[in-house]
Amino acid sequence: MEATTTLAKRRANGRISIKSGNKVEQVMAGTIFVLTLLTILAFFFFNYAGLDISRAIPETAYNLKTMFLEPALSHFTWGEAVYQVGITLGLAFLATILGAVIAFFLALMAATNLSNLWVSKTVRIVVAFIRAVPTVLWVLIFAIAAGLGSEAAVLGMLFHSIAYLVKAFSEAFEEVDKGILEALTATGANWWHIITHAVLPSTFTYLLSWTFLRFEINFSVAVAMGAAAGAGGIGFELFMASGFYFDMREVGLITYIILLLAIVLEIMSTQLKKRYFPAKAVR
Amino acid sequence: MNEKAMRSQRKWQTIIWVAIIITFTYLASDITNFNIIHGIATLPNAITWIFSNLTITPETLERLPKILEKLAETILMSIAATTTATIFSLFLGLMGSKTTGTSSVLGVFARFIASVARNIPVVAWALILLLSFGQNSMTGYLALFVGSLGFLTRAFIETIDEASHSAVEALRATGSTYFQIVFKAVIPQCLPQMISWILFMIETNIRSATLVGILTGTGIGYSFDLYYKTLNYNAVALVTFVIVISVIIIELMSNRIRKVIL
Repeated sequence: MEATTTLAKRRANGRISIKSGNKVEQVMAGTIFVLTLLTILAFFFFNYAGLDISRAIPETAYNLKTMFLEPALSHFTWGEAVYQVGITLGLAFLATILGAVIAFFLALMAATNLSNLWVSKTVRIVVAFIRAVPTVLWVLIFAIAAGLGSEAAVLGMLFHSIAYLVKAFSEAFEEVDKGILEALTATGANWWHIITHAVLPSTFTYLLSWTFLRFEINFSVAVAMGAAAGAGGIGFELFMASGFYFDMREVGLITYIILLLAIVLEIMSTQLKKRYFPAKAVR
Repeated sequence: MNEKAMRSQRKWQTIIWVAIIITFTYLASDITNFNIIHGIATLPNAITWIFSNLTITPETLERLPKILEKLAETILMSIAATTTATIFSLFLGLMGSKTTGTSSVLGVFARFIASVARNIPVVAWALILLLSFGQNSMTGYLALFVGSLGFLTRAFIETIDEASHSAVEALRATGSTYFQIVFKAVIPQCLPQMISWILFMIETNIRSATLVGILTGTGIGYSFDLYYKTLNYNAVALVTFVIVISVIIIELMSNRIRKVIL
């Protein structure tokens, strides 16, 4: 925009400035400068209490070596390990599937082309608020409010999944061709007909791919919730092995299990994306 | 006939998928002891509890300076982890991308590092590092650093791959050296997208920093955990509120920056 209004920027002494920084460059340079400054500041303000680098680095290296080269189970059996993984996957699956169903309806309300302005704005603001609270806080808050157990974990994760999926789904709905909606409205189709015959068929693959991506995220969230909020599953075993038994071999094996599952899920989700949107960038 | 057959096939496919999903849901609720009716029934109680107990009272506001100090520590930690990870990811990204990669061994190495760092959850890194680094900012910083390294390397490899090859080819034709090509053609082209990824990573890191903080006893996560365990719910509400405000402000800021540069 600016380039068209001023053909040649001149300096105070009349020379044409060759490097007339445009706004984009200025903002980029400014962002990099501020971030660098804050990073330097951060290292001065860090709390280094009880840190002994000369001891910590070799110790961590030794721990990592034990973990990855000599993994073994000692406090529970392979059968139990599979069961615990099942719990983690179960928590992730429940939060994802319930979240996807609820998010679908909320996203219909949030999409500007299917809903009225006020409803859409309200839903968006509520969702933005829910998303800003970290998942672990939701789980911990629900743990006192709804009582301990899987309900708290699922509800806590559900909140975040809904917020995430509503944003993704409503963006997909807004990309539906306007002509299709108009054509159906002209035939006298009601709102629900439009959803089931126009919106759902044309966005279904998007919804599926986003839901699967969320499942991938929810798996690692479920591991985290097990460790930080006592939700059970493989994450809790990881927490026990490292925090209570100090058993590096077991930590190593659990890490391998989590890594394997995460990679399998990632491959599945990239395959799903490649199949449905070969041209789209993977996000 | 044909259309009818297709329709009935589609119908059956839908029914089978729905059945599979319902079975999985049932299995999942069985293994986790999750009772959906109980879950829905507790929701109103939970929400009433949240509104009646999680209120910010004037007394808790006295704790605000201390909480803000912890919040600053968390935010600085997330930013520092992201920026330092960026430097390493940039090299790994250049190594891993097909456009700028020099050898396939290095490319595989970069992708392997990225995959391992990304797929081991931040929680696991935090717990492993906690054992020898102890309860201080360094532990949280390193856990976030490893996670960011994995994510940013993958993002940078994709960004560099997507950038147009013509500028690289043109420079190569003039006989430029490898570093001239990288700094004059590849980086300027990818910079806006890269900054956008860095901002995204900072947002994500602030959320995970809370989780890492609970585990490693640092920053705002530690404050939350402390008040949570001493049943001081008014302070819990204040901490949550402060986190929400800061996350929203940072999101708005990075959205504005993105609007200008992309």
